[in-house]
Amino acid sequence: MSEILVLVEHTDGDVKKVTLELLTKARELGEPSAVYIGANFEKAKDKLAEYGAAKVYVAEAAELTGYVVAPKAELLAKLVADASPAAVLVAATAEGKEIAGRLAIKTDSGVLTDAVDLKLDGGVFIAEQSIFGGSSIVHSAVTVGTVPTARALTVIVAMRPNATPPAPGAAAAERVDVSVELTDSAKLARIVEKVAVAKGDRPELTEAAIVVSGGRGVGSAEKFSVIEALADQLGAAVGASRAAVDSGWYPHQSQVGQTGKTVSPQLYVACGISGAIQHRAGMQTSKTIIAVNKDAEAPIFELVDYGVVGDLFNVVPQATEEIAKRK
Amino acid sequence: MKIVVLVKQVPDTAADKRLDPDTLAVDRGAVDGLINEMDEFAIEEALQLVAEHGGEVTVLSMGPEDATDAYKKALQMGADKAVFLTDPALAGSDALATSYALAQVLKTLEFDLLILGSEASDARTSLVPALLAERLGLPQLSFAAKVEVDGSAIKINRLTDYGHDVVEATLPAVVSVVEKINEPRYPSFKGIMAAKKKPVDVLDLAAASIDAPLVGWAGSRTKVVDAVVAPPRAKGTIVTDEGNGGVELVEFLASKKFV
Repeated sequence: MSEILVLVEHTDGDVKKVTLELLTKARELGEPSAVYIGANFEKAKDKLAEYGAAKVYVAEAAELTGYVVAPKAELLAKLVADASPAAVLVAATAEGKEIAGRLAIKTDSGVLTDAVDLKLDGGVFIAEQSIFGGSSIVHSAVTVGTVPTARALTVIVAMRPNATPPAPGAAAAERVDVSVELTDSAKLARIVEKVAVAKGDRPELTEAAIVVSGGRGVGSAEKFSVIEALADQLGAAVGASRAAVDSGWYPHQSQVGQTGKTVSPQLYVACGISGAIQHRAGMQTSKTIIAVNKDAEAPIFELVDYGVVGDLFNVVPQATEEIAKRK
Repeated sequence: MKIVVLVKQVPDTAADKRLDPDTLAVDRGAVDGLINEMDEFAIEEALQLVAEHGGEVTVLSMGPEDATDAYKKALQMGADKAVFLTDPALAGSDALATSYALAQVLKTLEFDLLILGSEASDARTSLVPALLAERLGLPQLSFAAKVEVDGSAIKINRLTDYGHDVVEATLPAVVSVVEKINEPRYPSFKGIMAAKKKPVDVLDLAAASIDAPLVGWAGSRTKVVDAVVAPPRAKGTIVTDEGNGGVELVEFLASKKFV
């Protein structure tokens, strides 16, 4: 079985769901080895074992996380040189893609970004990507010349969160400590402070199974409490359209669509969002879509599985109350 | 301070984009092109920094011969000159090959800051800022929501999932900006007229010392092997709220096992 490296996304040892998805996918394609960068590995170990990491390369040196992206790419490049894995999987987050891109240059390989699926076909890794806001599906491969290659290079793939249902499959998660001597050019962008905005107990937007979003129709920052109340009843993350974010009603981190996040949850509930193409580009691949909007002509209704034409301030609180009643 | 701003001409997001059936690349001839929206924020940031610290702004663009609207818009907004890299051999370049070609040009330009938008609206990979930082050996200051320059020191707020990181570096540096950073100006009539007289340096592969085998279809390490139009979503149920819309919505959620 060929080795597949999975870069672990975690917050101080709390492993993110997307990593469990990547481990699940890696088990289909070969033998997964997790790569854990940062402190608190012991906290993460059980989860990584449960989801099938045979090995975990652990790099705890503080300098690896003290600079923007580049040190992580250098560490992965060293692991690729030493272990010659068949593929490296990272989450298609902003930082994950940057790491993947820099790693591809260092290893003279190619990078396939925003994959929603990954398969092996005759030894060639084929990534599935959803483009033009979900209206087209393409399959792509890493090539040498113009020929898709089997194992000549380590293939680097950034996979979208929510692309693979995570399934346990226990393995040993044998710890292998690794380190890398960073070059000077990996230490040029120093992180001097990390500033967190309070997000409460809600799930992270790109990882959430359910997303409830508000748009221009919400009308003010205060009234987003209506959206949040429904989200909390559903255990959902809260999203916002660009119009709502530009108006200062909700933070940029929550923006769904072009120039914001791409989400692909099981359920997406759009409240007071007209569904401009820029928004659709970020949510069109959601499995089930619901919209509540006053305007029966709003383009969002072209996408929905279920739509309510009406005032969101009547419909949404009533739905929130009804869910509470049924619990 | 010398600033280079990288801009890209992209198909209009609102247009019905499709793939060229022969090349499986975006059929750019089929839709109108315009400057990538995020790039306008990069130009604005450069113009504001130059207004504060002095210096000049050069706009760099790469694309097909007729993709001139993007850099022209930058000149109209106030950039001083343009460099346009265009060569048929560049067609088909993926993000990595594109970054190689751009890096070759950037190595010949003197700059303190390279500013670009953090995402192009067509491919949306957000890879190029990191790739250029890697190729040029410069600090990567990407997803900047705020930029402060003090002498040779630069400090940015880098947006993250949890909020932001404050990141410091020494110039020269690569900065990519998000669209919350400023309010791009509209070109004035005077700006539009002045832009026509501004110098544009047009480069091909040879002029930019770009190795042909490293760009285009053959020079790219990735290839689209097939493409299909996604099946349309099944038509949904649309109801009008008669006072019971919220309860009915929950009925639907229950039927799908969400509650």
